[in-house]
Amino acid sequence: MADAPQLPDEAEVRARWGNFQWTPENAEKAREIMGRYPAGRQMSCTIPYLDLAQRQVGAETNTQGWLPIPVIEFIAKQLDMPYIRVFEVATFYTMFNLVPVGRFHVQVCGTTPCMLRGSDDVMAACKARGLKKGHTTEDGLFTLTEVECMGNCSSAPMVQINDDNFEDLTYDRTLTILDALAKGESPKPGTQEPGRHTVEPLGAPTNLAAMETANHDYRGEW
Amino acid sequence: MPKLTVDGIEVEVPAGATVLQACEAAGKEIPRFCYHERLSIAGNCRMCLVEVKPGPPKPQASCALPAADNQEIRTDSPMVKAAREGVMEFLLINHPLDCPICDQGGECDLQDQSVAYGRGHSRYTENKRAVTEKYMGPIIKTIMTRCIQCTRCVRFGEEVAGVEDIGAIYRGENMQITTYLEKAFKSELSGNVADLCPVGALTHKPVAFEYRSWELKKNLSIDVMDAVGTNIRLDSRGRQVMRVLPRINEDVNEEWAHDKTRYHVDALVRRRLDKPYVRKDGKVVEASWDEAFDAIAAAAKAAGSSVAAVAGDLVDCETMFAAKSLVKALGSDLLEGRQTGLSYDVSNLGSVAFNTTIAGIEEADAILLVGSNLRFEAPLINTRIRKAIKKGAKVFAIGEETDLTYKVEWLGNDLGLLAKLPASAAEAIDAAKKPVLIVGPAALKEGQGATLAMASAFQRDGWNGFNVVHTAAARMGGLMLGYAQKGGIADIIAAAPKLAFFLGADEVNFEGFKDSFKVYVGHHGDNGAHHADVILPGATYAEKPGTYVNLEGRVQRADRAVFAPGDAREDWTILRALSDRLGHTLPFDTFEQLRAQMASEVPALGQEGLAGYAFSPPKLAAKASGPVGYAVADFYLTNAICRASPTMQRCSAELIHGEDFAEAAE
Repeated sequence: MADAPQLPDEAEVRARWGNFQWTPENAEKAREIMGRYPAGRQMSCTIPYLDLAQRQVGAETNTQGWLPIPVIEFIAKQLDMPYIRVFEVATFYTMFNLVPVGRFHVQVCGTTPCMLRGSDDVMAACKARGLKKGHTTEDGLFTLTEVECMGNCSSAPMVQINDDNFEDLTYDRTLTILDALAKGESPKPGTQEPGRHTVEPLGAPTNLAAMETANHDYRGEW
Repeated sequence: MPKLTVDGIEVEVPAGATVLQACEAAGKEIPRFCYHERLSIAGNCRMCLVEVKPGPPKPQASCALPAADNQEIRTDSPMVKAAREGVMEFLLINHPLDCPICDQGGECDLQDQSVAYGRGHSRYTENKRAVTEKYMGPIIKTIMTRCIQCTRCVRFGEEVAGVEDIGAIYRGENMQITTYLEKAFKSELSGNVADLCPVGALTHKPVAFEYRSWELKKNLSIDVMDAVGTNIRLDSRGRQVMRVLPRINEDVNEEWAHDKTRYHVDALVRRRLDKPYVRKDGKVVEASWDEAFDAIAAAAKAAGSSVAAVAGDLVDCETMFAAKSLVKALGSDLLEGRQTGLSYDVSNLGSVAFNTTIAGIEEADAILLVGSNLRFEAPLINTRIRKAIKKGAKVFAIGEETDLTYKVEWLGNDLGLLAKLPASAAEAIDAAKKPVLIVGPAALKEGQGATLAMASAFQRDGWNGFNVVHTAAARMGGLMLGYAQKGGIADIIAAAPKLAFFLGADEVNFEGFKDSFKVYVGHHGDNGAHHADVILPGATYAEKPGTYVNLEGRVQRADRAVFAPGDAREDWTILRALSDRLGHTLPFDTFEQLRAQMASEVPALGQEGLAGYAFSPPKLAAKASGPVGYAVADFYLTNAICRASPTMQRCSAELIHGEDFAEAAE
């Protein structure tokens, strides 16, 4: 169980977060989320509520946010669910942090397509800036996690930092992004490949070339 | 009614049955881990794979596949064999090979099925995963590396026990079963998860490393810890009962047993009365049987016909019958079994019985609880109510609000409400096809008349919804044998008997018997023995055959599992020998003769099954008001046996009184 996070000391966390309540804006958002589901199906709110709470904790601590135990219990009470059921959800999804993270949560994809396209270089770049897997840097800026596929295989390798994806990375591009973030700038999310906008092919299309200008029926050619 | 073939055998199964059930109907054994008849279907162990035509050309999980017309199932094809071997190999990847030190060894589903369906050797040479132990309280020991994540325990907690403490956290290879933040599993039914566990991940903590399952001798018995009459099996080694397991009886306990039933057995060898004692100069001292009998004989001579007998909660009908015969022979009829002073009217046994039967509760559609904390008075009736709720029943309750593990509409804590039920409850009961009233022991005291007055609201054609819950295993048998005075035990005290027999009666307030010569016939050194003038060492329920009548009026027989320790004897033989010494020899020499006589006097006790009481409620004052309490204050310490049990004391301290025993993390 080396990979599972060790939950922070319970007494300390309870002292800090025991009085967790929605902020007025988030209370309004929570009401809106609850309204999306039929009465009696309030369990469906578990994931959006956990996300909202994690963001609120993040805003309060100026980090990416995490879910202290009392916050999980707060949500369970709001949704009239046993604590363990909400806790199960929070532990299942890697997007929910059970331990505090830094200002930027750097999630490097290490699944096969990214690995083939050079995720090792991305990792090396992170290491060069002092990031260590599963740890937060001492200045509290970066937390590095290796994650599984984030669905950006056509612009691999990629990294998700907070809510943004940075794609088509190399060693140098990763350094640039990390340095920009450290300086407080907001680097452009998405592909980092010059001339590429989303995940379109570089240069001329290689597939379905005949479709470029007009609709073309390929069926007869199969 | 789908018709399908299993390995060429044609079977017809009820609509909604699964392929697994169809295979069983055809007599085929399907290996399984996560599937359990009484739990919801999870389909996550994949051990029950079979080949199904028509369908995709791959094996399918039979437990989660509905049986359909014209299916062709194969359970013996090469594909199925390969699938089972493959699943078994995966399951064993992370399972430790510690069977020699595992408490489940010998009765382990994984062990048995890997022998029957596995490859016989492993191809896995990598490192195995290990999972840290989890704390689950005083009853459940965990060795989580052995867990195969079948989630039976999670589903049991959610569906049967209604205490959602257990869950599966993290995911994939890191998935682990745990209680919330590793706190104790706070259910009175927690022991069942150790039985449900198909591997050795959850085992019984109180008996860890104490026995191997094949060393045990099995005897069938009836539980006496409450009045439900749970069917149990006593597993003993030598002269000691090592464990209690529930037997399947759909009418009574299904296949569950609560923790008190299971784990009081360590008390059967503790604090035992194994010699006769006689009080001399205010102190009890060891004596021989002759000395003890002499002392009683002297007291009996002085007492004449001023004799009484008080039966405790755990005694069998035979003991009560023998004592009754003795008291009668001495010329008295002062008999009482309701030790704590209850004095409800028993002129009609149907009015103090559980008339719907326990299984009948499942059909109920509106339930009113009056002064009954069923969770602790009769946990296995509580699970039936949970089943009824799942089918749509509504539950109302009068009493102090407490957690019954399901949603209850609390009407208030006032017996006055019985006369004028709030509209919501009254309407639901009126509209119900099978309404049920459950009267707890505490409500019987103050509200018997008031509840009987409204019994007609719970009657339908062929349905009597009036139920009374008792907490003593001996209660219904005692009432059938006449162990009841009009005014309860107060009548006995008022009669001031010079000689009083206490048959395992420990809950009596002995203040009232100051001037009586008290003879205690029982098995544990508890309250009764402290106050006795003569102590005659008797046998516990495990050490004598006996007849017990549960709260429905179901007559059940138990066998002897072991022999009583030391000089202790079966209670009826003590009373028979004593009668000889007193010059009123009882007319039976063997247990069979005693049973036959009892049956001729009370024919219903002669045959197993429901006694079938007529229901003709007596006319009583229907006025009642004021709050009502609950009969069971500490579930784990209700009688002399469990008070002597270290396990039950620990459960009480931790689960009822909140003492912290959690082990420090390693």
